[in-house]
Amino acid sequence: MQIRSKILTGSAAFRENEAHHLGLLEQVRAAADTAMAGGGERARARHVARGKMAPRDRVAGVLDPGSPFLEVGLTAAHGMYDGAAPAAGAIAGVGRVAGRQCMVLANDATVKGGTYTPMTVKKHLRAQEIAEQNALPCIYLVDSGGANLTLQDDVFPDRDHFGRIFYNQARMSAAGIAQIAVVMGSCTAGGAYVPAMSDVTIIVRDQGTIFLAGPPLVKMATGEVVDAEALGGGDVHTRLSGVADALAEDDAHALALARQAVASLGAAPQVTVARQTPEAPAHDPAELLGVVPKALTTPYDVHEVIARLVDGSRFDPFKARFGDTLVCGFAHVDGWPVGIVANNGVLFSEAAQKGAHFVELCSQRRVPLVFLQNITGFMVGQRYENEGIARHGAKLVTAVSTTSVPKITMLIGGSFGAGNYGMAGRAYSPRFLWTWPNSRISTMGGPQAAGVLATVTRAQKEARGESWSAEDEAAFKAPIEDQFERQSHPLYASARLWDDGVIDPRRARDVLSLSLAAACNAPIRETRFGVFRM
Amino acid sequence: MFRTILIANRGEIACRVIDTCRRLGIATVAVYSDADAGARHVCMADRAVHIGGAAPAESYLRGDAIIAAARATGAEAIHPGYGFLSENPDFVDAVEAAGLVFIGPSAEAIRKMGLKDAAKALMVEAGVPVVPGYHGSNQDADTLAKAADEIGYPVLIKAVAGGGGKGMRRVDRAADFAAALDSARSEARGAFGNDAVLVEKFVSRPRHIEVQVFGDGTHALHLFERDCSLQRRHQKVVEEAPAPGMSASVRAAMGAAAVRAAEAIGYAGAGTVEFIVDGGTLDEDSFYFMEMNTRLQVEHPVTEAITGHDLVEWQLRVAAGEGLPVAQDALAIRGHAVEVRLYAEDVAAGFLPATGTLAALRFPEGLRVETGVREGDPISPHYDPMIAKLIAHGDTRDAALGRMARGLERLVVGGTVTNKAFLQALVDHDGFRAGQVDTGLIDRDLSALTRTPAPGGAEIAMAALAALGLEIPGDRLQGFALWQGVGQPVVLAHGEDRVMLNVLCEGGQSRVVSGGPDGPVRLLWQGDAWWVDGRRMPAPLRSGALVVVPSGPGHAFRVIDPLDRDAAAGPGADVVQAPMPGLLRAVHVAEGAEVAVGDALAVLEAMKMEHVLRAERAGKIAEILVEQGSQVAAGDALIRLAEI
Repeated sequence: MQIRSKILTGSAAFRENEAHHLGLLEQVRAAADTAMAGGGERARARHVARGKMAPRDRVAGVLDPGSPFLEVGLTAAHGMYDGAAPAAGAIAGVGRVAGRQCMVLANDATVKGGTYTPMTVKKHLRAQEIAEQNALPCIYLVDSGGANLTLQDDVFPDRDHFGRIFYNQARMSAAGIAQIAVVMGSCTAGGAYVPAMSDVTIIVRDQGTIFLAGPPLVKMATGEVVDAEALGGGDVHTRLSGVADALAEDDAHALALARQAVASLGAAPQVTVARQTPEAPAHDPAELLGVVPKALTTPYDVHEVIARLVDGSRFDPFKARFGDTLVCGFAHVDGWPVGIVANNGVLFSEAAQKGAHFVELCSQRRVPLVFLQNITGFMVGQRYENEGIARHGAKLVTAVSTTSVPKITMLIGGSFGAGNYGMAGRAYSPRFLWTWPNSRISTMGGPQAAGVLATVTRAQKEARGESWSAEDEAAFKAPIEDQFERQSHPLYASARLWDDGVIDPRRARDVLSLSLAAACNAPIRETRFGVFRM
Repeated sequence: MFRTILIANRGEIACRVIDTCRRLGIATVAVYSDADAGARHVCMADRAVHIGGAAPAESYLRGDAIIAAARATGAEAIHPGYGFLSENPDFVDAVEAAGLVFIGPSAEAIRKMGLKDAAKALMVEAGVPVVPGYHGSNQDADTLAKAADEIGYPVLIKAVAGGGGKGMRRVDRAADFAAALDSARSEARGAFGNDAVLVEKFVSRPRHIEVQVFGDGTHALHLFERDCSLQRRHQKVVEEAPAPGMSASVRAAMGAAAVRAAEAIGYAGAGTVEFIVDGGTLDEDSFYFMEMNTRLQVEHPVTEAITGHDLVEWQLRVAAGEGLPVAQDALAIRGHAVEVRLYAEDVAAGFLPATGTLAALRFPEGLRVETGVREGDPISPHYDPMIAKLIAHGDTRDAALGRMARGLERLVVGGTVTNKAFLQALVDHDGFRAGQVDTGLIDRDLSALTRTPAPGGAEIAMAALAALGLEIPGDRLQGFALWQGVGQPVVLAHGEDRVMLNVLCEGGQSRVVSGGPDGPVRLLWQGDAWWVDGRRMPAPLRSGALVVVPSGPGHAFRVIDPLDRDAAAGPGADVVQAPMPGLLRAVHVAEGAEVAVGDALAVLEAMKMEHVLRAERAGKIAEILVEQGSQVAAGDALIRLAEI
């Protein structure tokens, strides 16, 4: 059934919404520009003057001509480390190499010499997680001084720190997910294990180096004086040590060799989801900016969003008349069959049960799930607690947690409280999680949080017989509201890799399509659900 | 009329003859060599007979095999085409002895015109003007030098048995005569086994104007003239009819002289009487007989165009004894026609013959095309590398040349280099457009005519698309990036220049190519082609590492493969390679010999030209890799040098 839009694209409200969202987009674009500029023009010029390709050119060079590049974690570390680590010093994303979808991860040596800050480690691990979940061969374009020593306590020791990178490489290699390293610069200390742990390693002559300890540390440790090339250059590693397999003359040659390595991986896994011929939506995705209200508090019909994401704007609703604050149904996104779960108001028990039912259906049919999150939470109050809304919510959370079908989550508005859980938030391992510039994420809204804390505080004060003026209460609440607003901002969230990136809603359909293409690279296993609390 | 004829030839002329036979309902028999098993002429004929190896001497020059093929297939007559056996009187005798008809003149007529000095004497008797000169049998060097003095410099030394410019030398001063004579003689000896020469007046600013004649063995008529003055090293490049600036009275005088020449030898069939004409005057007294070609000429289509008659049909009718189809006064000139010869040759490398596979071959509409090849066919090193003749006909000379220029623009040839740009430059040459032609025009303006116009940003951008396989539009997600895409790098070589480009896809129907000479170029897919600034770009052609953008004169680019590192290093100067396909005629050095820079190492003969291969560095001959007399392909290693 084609969704008939009730939006008046010529209306003043539409234009106001659009102007508002364009303003938000500008903020994100500025952050993206900063991230894409890496270490800046001077650092880039120095880098290129050494005969090296710029990091983004390297990524483009390894991809197939015209390949899409679904970049993840672009604005990682945005506003962190005093702004000194744009994109966390690395580029990661999914693209096509020799006809096959791959995860490409490139260090950016123009940012702190490509050293790993805690966010760099997190970004690297996230890229590997995407690769592992979606069975994407990994190509590491290495140019890194290793762990950032000044931040070493947050880089080295923990489970999800530096060592996890090599653990992942070994595990993925064991799972038949190819690990290919191209050493295009330094690869020092722990970093030396990226090429060493790879299935295939290419190194650039007179440019790439691999060693456990660089010349300064060697001198410190043993007094031996040796230059980097003799210690661990391309010639040494391809002729003497065998740490690398192929010697490249320059970056372009090395990237071509990496492409060749991918070409010889053998047949790609069969896609298990049948994609049909894509069809444009009947309603233009560009209208999304005018469709979504300025304020999260203004309700609107999520069908208007779905109509602008799915093929032909056609949507086959499930249980349309039951639990209608959660919209469920089947559609196609750019030819990919999907089950859509979208919020259309607060979650009630019926909606949660319906959602669990729908996830079961999609799991049975092996149809990927798309979650469109705009949720203030599950309904509260005596009536709802008494009818067991926690029990019904748990059903949805269980279904979402244990389904084997790929889940793609998009935050199109609020993401608050347990609603985040039921709608496949980050903790529920969706294959990709994207956010819109207008989205907000926190345990609850800022005013609600401030109100809760004020209520508790007032109760304590009154118990002690103290008084609390309205002015004092307002002064108490303001910083809490500010803190929630700042920390729930999508750029704040994305900087910490709570998601894979803030996107332009007008391209949400494209992002979903590419996410689904990547996700469908891995076979879909049979689902085995946990115990549903009935 | 014959029921079946055999065509003792290949390529475009065999196809041309088959065309007329089909129209007249005559069955055709093709002959072919190993190299031509799937050739166009073989596919067009009703029957085909294999007659031997790829080398002409093993096939198309084997009269016995051809006659046997004719008898085996019941052919009543043999059409010789041009070249090969077409002017071989012994072959004519053999054909007739076998009871078959030779579609052409008698052996006697061919013999009379075959030796140039005897032919000229005959012409003088017949009252045909000849160039002042010495045609004597005394070949003593002093006698020849004295004769040259009497004729007056500049003079031309020509091999008596010559043709095609071999054994021909121009001498401007007495002091140079002896050296020029030696060189002409040795070339004549090598080419014809006969080093006799003649000396004649060198006509300045000469024009080559020839008259098409037709005889029935007794009477002859003419079908007006053709101007073939645009020549390079005595090879015709562009031919037209009628001759620019020709007056009715001179035409009549030349026609009458040509008819006298043909009748003097009892000529039957199609022939061409070539005159050298003083370009300065072009009056009744300034044309001189040069030679008579006793066959159908390559350039006959221009005459067909302006007269409206099919000369191959005439040949068949005359040979079948039907007599000349029309009388002289029934012939008239209609408009103007021009022909160009499209060759697979590397103009920049000095017009070296090229080979290759015709990955693309698209002829323009509005031109007559005579060709022996199709898209996908190879250009064989064994034969003339002509791809096609293109003929434009118009009401006026301007119209004909305009049609030719537009047609050449739309001509697409991929898979080999061609002389297309050179032909375009010629057709656009101001002097030629103005009708100011002479046989020295091409040599004088060679550098301008062979200048490769630099490709513009749009052409380079198209080449970059083809290099990356992005020349066809893609889907919406092509080049997708969340915010700002990064272009794909690609390196192209154009001649000696290398350019590093960057191609950014903005969806499937928009591309931006940066790094070129004109800054970023945006290409948009509209309808069925890429457009740049309102210009519809022709589709680029890719074959292997070669990309051709067929706009304007056509621009060829080489895609630099980043993997191709070993090849980029090259074999160095240690290996002397064949610069083109050809026959290794001589090896001047022996293994172990020491050579200096510039020493002649070997001689490679390709397409009537001898190319001396010289040492690029001093060294010792380590190994000679190919035997003298072998056929070699372009790039074959011939000689290996070592350090002394």
